[in-house]
Amino acid sequence: MSDSSEDTALARGSKGHIPGEAGIWLLIAGDLLMFSVLFVIFLVYRAGDLTVFQAGHARLNQTWGLVNTILMLSSSWLVATAIQAARRQMRRVVVACFGLALLCGLGFIVVKVFEYNEKIRADLTLTTNDFFMLYFSYTGIHLIHVVIGMGVLTTLMLYSRSGNFAPAKLRNLESGASFWHLVDLLWIVLFALLYLVGAK
Amino acid sequence: MKALLLSRVTAVWALLIIATTLSWQLGHGAGFDDARQAGAAILVVTFIKVRLVMRDFMEIRHAPRWMRLIGDAWIVLITVLLVGLFLKTGT
Repeated sequence: MSDSSEDTALARGSKGHIPGEAGIWLLIAGDLLMFSVLFVIFLVYRAGDLTVFQAGHARLNQTWGLVNTILMLSSSWLVATAIQAARRQMRRVVVACFGLALLCGLGFIVVKVFEYNEKIRADLTLTTNDFFMLYFSYTGIHLIHVVIGMGVLTTLMLYSRSGNFAPAKLRNLESGASFWHLVDLLWIVLFALLYLVGAK
Repeated sequence: MKALLLSRVTAVWALLIIATTLSWQLGHGAGFDDARQAGAAILVVTFIKVRLVMRDFMEIRHAPRWMRLIGDAWIVLITVLLVGLFLKTGT
């Protein structure tokens, strides 16, 4: 279970290895800061109206949330595996992993559409109360990230078809992959905050 | 191919799935009688998952020291902030 040779190669020298372009990390840091504020706002609103938030939690379908978490984690694993395969010049595996990750992303969107539909049919919308206002806006902002990320994954898949994973090409793949991992990371926290924490 | 599948990232993916199941159980009354304690435990498990994603999927573990320190500082700060806010609220 060890990638010791790869570890040594990546961590070569005291400088270490920044995955992808430096610019993508500015975007990731900015997004993390913005979502940090959103997470705090959620708990502040929750403190202000606990009853409404507990009732809101109870109306969410936690199974959909769990399925989407498994899809997100799996897509992120596939993307991480694609990067490792690219370093080993395994072109077909790289393309297959990006393709499967895209399918997971598509599955995530389908589940979300079902979930939104279920809520709207039950008359639970953005204007119902503070809980649902935050639920729809946070998951909506995240869904936009998923759609952008799927565009990125499609580009990476097409870009990988010609193989020849030279350092510059690997760096581009790492940039796109890092963005997809951010989308996964944000969902992990949203799943806990919206679906699990404080539910009765 | 075997080396690719039996990699560290696969082990991390399995750990993430196990941690998700654990959070799910905690959210459904397992382990704690008090919903506040359960909620705080879920948040802590969540940010352990976040750290795994950052270190192994985003490959921050190979990044320069300053980058790893910023990542860890953010995780500690946001965990303390969210757990604190959650516990202050009551149930």
